[in-house]
Amino acid sequence: MATKSADGYEHYYVPEQSAFPILATVGLFFTVFGAATFFNEIQSGDSGIGGYLSLAGLGILFTTLFYWFRQAITENMQGLNSAQMKRSYVWGMGWFIFSEVMFFVAFFGALFYVRNLAGPWLGGEGDKGKFIHLLWENYRYAWPMMETPDQVVNGAKAVFVGAGEGHSMYPVDAHGGLLKWLPMWNTIILLSSSVTVHIAHVGLKDDNRKKFTRWLGITVLLAVGFLYLQYAEYHEAYVDLGLTLESGIYGTTFFMLTGFHGFHVFLGMTMLAIMWLRARKGHFSHEEAFGFEAASWYWHFVDVVWVCLFFFVYII
Amino acid sequence: MGDHGPAKGFGRWLYTTNHKDIGTMYLWFSFAMFLMGGVFALVIRAELFQPGLQLVEPEFFNQMTTMHGLVMVFGAVMPAFVGLANWLIPMMIGAPDMALPRMNNWSFWILPFAFAMLTSTLFMEGGGPNFGWTFYAPLSTTYAPPSVTYFIFAVHIMGASSIMGSINIIATILNMRAPGMTLMKMPLFVWTWLITAYLLIAVMPVLAGCVTMMLMDIHFGTSFFSAAGGGDPILFQHVFWFFGHPEVYIMILPAFGIVSAIIPTFARKPLFGYASMVYATASIAFLSFIVWAHHMFTVGMPIAGELFFMYATMLIAVPTGVKVFNWVTTMFRGSMTFETPMLFAIAFVILFSIGGFSGLMLAIAPADFQYHDTYFVVAHFHYVLVPGAIFSIMAAVYYWLPKWCGNMYDERLGKAHFWLSFIGLNVTFFPMHFVGLAGMPRRIPDYALQFADFNQIASMGAFLFGFSQVFFLFIVIKTIRGGAQATDEVWDNPEGLEWTIASPAPYHTFTTPPAIK
Repeated sequence: MATKSADGYEHYYVPEQSAFPILATVGLFFTVFGAATFFNEIQSGDSGIGGYLSLAGLGILFTTLFYWFRQAITENMQGLNSAQMKRSYVWGMGWFIFSEVMFFVAFFGALFYVRNLAGPWLGGEGDKGKFIHLLWENYRYAWPMMETPDQVVNGAKAVFVGAGEGHSMYPVDAHGGLLKWLPMWNTIILLSSSVTVHIAHVGLKDDNRKKFTRWLGITVLLAVGFLYLQYAEYHEAYVDLGLTLESGIYGTTFFMLTGFHGFHVFLGMTMLAIMWLRARKGHFSHEEAFGFEAASWYWHFVDVVWVCLFFFVYII
Repeated sequence: MGDHGPAKGFGRWLYTTNHKDIGTMYLWFSFAMFLMGGVFALVIRAELFQPGLQLVEPEFFNQMTTMHGLVMVFGAVMPAFVGLANWLIPMMIGAPDMALPRMNNWSFWILPFAFAMLTSTLFMEGGGPNFGWTFYAPLSTTYAPPSVTYFIFAVHIMGASSIMGSINIIATILNMRAPGMTLMKMPLFVWTWLITAYLLIAVMPVLAGCVTMMLMDIHFGTSFFSAAGGGDPILFQHVFWFFGHPEVYIMILPAFGIVSAIIPTFARKPLFGYASMVYATASIAFLSFIVWAHHMFTVGMPIAGELFFMYATMLIAVPTGVKVFNWVTTMFRGSMTFETPMLFAIAFVILFSIGGFSGLMLAIAPADFQYHDTYFVVAHFHYVLVPGAIFSIMAAVYYWLPKWCGNMYDERLGKAHFWLSFIGLNVTFFPMHFVGLAGMPRRIPDYALQFADFNQIASMGAFLFGFSQVFFLFIVIKTIRGGAQATDEVWDNPEGLEWTIASPAPYHTFTTPPAIK
């Protein structure tokens, strides 16, 4: 294991100079600079190289991260990491997940504010109600907001056009009854996947590698299933219901919350898939499983966010 | 890792994993940004020297106020504190380096790229960000120049840098302390940074969410900040200030830690009320999450909201008062000497308290209706940021520079720099209280004739303050290049592990943990 000093202190491994950070920075820079250029090109109708710049940046970023992680894994397998170093990684992952939680807090906060305060005020409640009709005459607030204030006031000239009554993602509007209501199936899938990843962990703890890889693989498949159903749901919303990002605050909050969650499911799935590949190469043991455990914590976090989403976005 | 020193050439700085190298880069970068943000401020003050439009177009003036704020907050003050954290925290807790050294380098190098992108917007078609550093929607969405997209992504990657930096600091403090360095033995600079890093991880993602909502509103037709689509422009202010208020404490808590290190050294007494300092810092951090809407008293909140945010804000005066009391009590009957760091620290206590008092005035909701968006607000937050955050950073540089480079700075020059800065900043910002109370609005390139005298005084002070910082640069470079050899202790029996190692600090320190008394 890690080298020790005369009095038995395990040396903390401080890596040599490394080119990974600066390469990752260059990748990140081109990713965002390209993306900003690309979005502005779309807005102004020009064509340019923004999109390619961004993709090139992403290529550099992910290639760098691949080799960076590989280096970190190699160092650990060489026994360079002391027990203390391993705790640093644990703290790092834990606080990273906390920062992700706070990102979702911003969007949930926006949802609560709009539904409980701004929306009713727009509909004439509260102190400001006496004046609000000067701006948004005849607008009556309801959630889900299927008709925007813009439509009520500007009619056919409205920019923000709601999807219309009966076109929400709530169960009352589900076509073909609850059994065809996709969010319920996605809840079942994601909750199950938290159980399967736990079974995989138990397998690893028991040194039962077959159980470990099999249940980890099943977890990845469940993640794929979740993403497929979410794709189907978005397709239904956009094509059949006319519910889009542009259909006012209901569509905005619905797609942004579920979309960012879906993106995090994708990230978590990628982590777990990499852990599955590593597991098949013989990585991890019952005392040495940080990579897998970090991915599974992330997976449980994604699961908890979904439960909140299911409750606040789909049910109430 | 061997015992060898730094690598040769520029590669040392590009590829380094050494906390001292990274701390140095953070400090130099933040000083460069301080000068750039300072130039923007001088453009503002030059334009405001006389009423009427003299030098710049109003559109460009707006870009200057915006970029001055953004560069100073995200480019000067925050990276300077992170630089100090990098240099000092491992030495203060007896750790060999930061917990995650490569990620540490990544956190730093993102910043020059982010600020290059942000600054480049000034040369883009339609100009740079012109909506104030608080970038309220719809000014920053519907009415923004196209460069706003670059601004949004610059904020995104700055946030990523801050979050990674903070994760590193927390992991270092919680995991890397030498055996025997219990939490309640940690120097207050370490404590205040632990709490600051927690605040950063909690609110930088909210800022990311905020600019993401802007991006979606601008480019993808969402209606977060548009009442026409059922959203609310005021929502922007809530999300922004939920980040923004903890952010202002992110810029002051490490300053508390620095002053708590310097005053005991030059008063030659242990810090009065160490434990209460820790609890006061934690209380301030907690309160910072529940006071954000005091920035928005005039948006038309329900009366219950106004009252809640007013009382919660006033509550912050209690733990802050505890701190000021402790500093003053530490000095009381001490054997005081007034070297440059101590001068900055004492000015900090006095002038930060003035800024705190004007903050208390602003916290009173009915009074705020008069003060809101006037120069009184500008005076208030410059009093907490310039003699607060900036003075503490300068105090820290004078205090620890001999440890970093092994040479003593020139005390006469240091004192001259202090007095020039002290006079310059008071001449700049004190008159702003008066014009603000008389009703001069902020962020406007022109003003009524009655405000001319005070504005001229403020502009002269600003140029004095600005030029004295070039003098500061000269002093620092002179010290690094030569000067009297500093002893290992540097000062008269200072407290802390960093004074037990050689001056200049060796490239690697505490590769095995020191014994803690």
